[in-house]
Amino acid sequence: MAVSQPTLNKTSTKISNSNAPWLNENIQALGLFLISLLLFLLFWEIGANLKLFAKGMPNASTTLKELWWWSTHPFFDNGPNDLGIGWNLLISLRRVTIGYFLASIIAVPLGILIGISPIAYRAFNPYVQLLKPVSPLAWLPLGLYIFRDSEQTGIFIILISSIWPTLINTAFGVANVNPEYLDVSKTLGASRLRTIFKVIIPAALPNIVSGLRISMGISWLVIVAAEMLLGTGLGYFIWNEWNNLYIPNILVAIFIIGLVGLILDNIFGALEKFVAFGRKA
Amino acid sequence: MSIASVNYSSNGTVSSESEFSSAQLSIRNVTKVFAGKRDLFSKLSGKTSRDFIAIEDISLDIEPNTFVSIIGPSGCGKSTLLNMVAGLSDVTRGEILLNGLPIQGPGPDRGMVFQNYALMPWMTVEENIRFAVETVYPNLSPKQRTRNIKEQIQLVGLEGAEKKHPHELSGGMRQRVGIARALAINPQILLMDEPFGALDALTRGFLQSEVERIWEQQRKTVIMITHSIEEALLLSDRIVMMTRGPAARVDEILEVPFPRPRNRETIDQHPAYHDLKAEMERHLFRETRAVEESRIR
Ligand SMILES: Nc1ncnc2c1ncn2[C@@H]1O[C@H](COP(=O)(O)OP(=O)(O)OP(=O)(O)O)[C@@H](O)[C@H]1O
Ligand SMILES: [Mg+2]
Repeated sequence: MAVSQPTLNKTSTKISNSNAPWLNENIQALGLFLISLLLFLLFWEIGANLKLFAKGMPNASTTLKELWWWSTHPFFDNGPNDLGIGWNLLISLRRVTIGYFLASIIAVPLGILIGISPIAYRAFNPYVQLLKPVSPLAWLPLGLYIFRDSEQTGIFIILISSIWPTLINTAFGVANVNPEYLDVSKTLGASRLRTIFKVIIPAALPNIVSGLRISMGISWLVIVAAEMLLGTGLGYFIWNEWNNLYIPNILVAIFIIGLVGLILDNIFGALEKFVAFGRKA
Repeated sequence: MSIASVNYSSNGTVSSESEFSSAQLSIRNVTKVFAGKRDLFSKLSGKTSRDFIAIEDISLDIEPNTFVSIIGPSGCGKSTLLNMVAGLSDVTRGEILLNGLPIQGPGPDRGMVFQNYALMPWMTVEENIRFAVETVYPNLSPKQRTRNIKEQIQLVGLEGAEKKHPHELSGGMRQRVGIARALAINPQILLMDEPFGALDALTRGFLQSEVERIWEQQRKTVIMITHSIEEALLLSDRIVMMTRGPAARVDEILEVPFPRPRNRETIDQHPAYHDLKAEMERHLFRETRAVEESRIR
C-alpha cells in the first residue's frame, strides 16, 4: 500500500505496515513452512536427478505421483501382497483400536485402584517400573507362541506396550488430587464412593487423558513395527515394498503413517483441552 | 493484660463452668502436637524432627449466633485450630464439643470456606453448590433442591454466572461460590480460614460488606480467621487474639460492641473503635516482633 501511494507520510506507512497481512505471525509461519517445503522438494528433485544420494533413490516428482495415485486409489484388493493403502490403513487402525481399547479399560480402573491406596501404589510400582521399559517387540515371540495367530499377537503387543503410560498417569493423577478437594468432600460428609466418582476421578481426568494420549502415540509407533513381522497392515505394506525394492511407495507409506499419527494426537490434544477447565495438563 | 489473658485461656474453671453455659461450640483445653519423625528411615537419612507443639491448652466457648474472629501472628496455629473444629485434623489432648457432644471427624453441621476457594474446576457454579446439597441432603426432591441452590445463588449475588466454570470467574466471584456452597448445606457453624486472603483490597472490602449483609440475614455462628484488624472489627462480635507459636494460646478476647447492621463508612465513628483497633495493633505488633526476633536469633 505504501509503495503504491508514495504520498503517504512516514507514520501512516508504519501503521499500514503493521496491519499488512504478511506480518501476521501465523501467515509468516505458513510462509516459512511453504518456502522450506519447496526448497526441500527442489533439493530432493535435483539431488536425485543428479544421483547425489543412494543408488535408486527416487526423485520428488515420482514420489508425489505415487502419493497421488495411492491416495486416489485407496481401496482395491488383489490379494495380500497387492492391497490398497486404505485397506492396509484400516487393518492397522483396527488392530490399534482393539489393543488400545483393551489396554485402556484395564489401565484406567487399575490405575485408579492403585492411585487410591498408597499401599497398592508402593506394592505394584515395581511391576510397572520393570515392565514399562521393555521394548514392545520383545513381546512378539511370546505373543506368537501363546496365540499362534498374527492378528491376536498384534493386538497383544499393542495392549502390553500401551498399557503403561495410561496406568502410570492415572495412578499419579489419582494419588495427587488436590487435598483441598478432598477436604471439601470430607467436610460435606461425602461417602468414600461418592468422593471417588464425583471428586477424585474428575480431578484426575487431565492426567488420565494425557496418559491415554501417550499410550495412543505408542500404539501407533508399535503397530507399524509389529506388522512388518505379521503380514497385512501398513507395516507389512512397507515390508512388502522393501521386498519389491520400490522406494517411492515406502516413502508414501511413511508419509501416511505420520499423517495419521498426527491426526490421532491432535484428537487427544483437543480432548485434553476439553477436560482441563483452566488447569494446566 | 497478659496476666489476665493467661487466666482466660488456660484456667480450668472457665471450661468447667461452660458445661452449664449456653455455648454452642466449646473448645476445652485443646492441645495439638504434630508428631516428629523418629522412625528408622529418618534416623538413617539424618532427617529426624522433634514433636512440634502448635497449640497448647486452648479453651474457648462460642455462643450461638455470634461472629467470632481469630487473629494472631502468622504461623501461630489458627488454621490448625480451625481444622480441628472442622474435624479435618485430630485433637491431641482436650476435646471440642458441639452442642455438648464431642466432635468425631468432619461433618455437614460445620460448613467450611477455604482461603483458595477449593471449588471443583470441572463443575459449574451451580454444580459446585449442587454437589454440596446432594451430598448432605440426598433425599431432597429435585424441585426443592433446585430452589435451595437458586436461593444460595441469589443470596451471594451470583445470578447470571450459574453456568460458568470457576476458571471463568474473578477471585471475588469464586469466593462467593465458596460461601454459597458452605451456606447451602445449612450448617450450624460456618468456618472461614482467611476467606478474603487471596483477594485484592477493593474486592476484599466489597466481599466483607456482602458477608456482613448475609450475616444480618442468617445470624449463623461464624468462626473466621483473618489477618486484617479492620475486617475483624467490621464483622465480629468477639475477637480472639492468639499468641505466637509454638504452644500458642489465647491471649485475650475482645468484645466488639458496635451496633448492627454495621457499615464500613460509619463504623469508625463509634467511640470504642479506635481504642479497640489500637489494642489489637499493639498485640499483633508485639507478637509479630517476637516472632521475627526469635527467627533472627
Ligand atoms: N502437618 C503439619 N506437620 C507439622 N507441623 C505443622 C503441620 N501443619 C502446621 N504445622 C505447624 O504448625 C504451626 C501452625 O500452623 P498453622 O497453619 O495453623 O498456622 P496459621 O496460624 O494458620 O498461619 P498463617 O497465618 O500463616 O495461615 C506452624 O508452625 C506450622 O509449621
Ligand atoms: Mg492458616
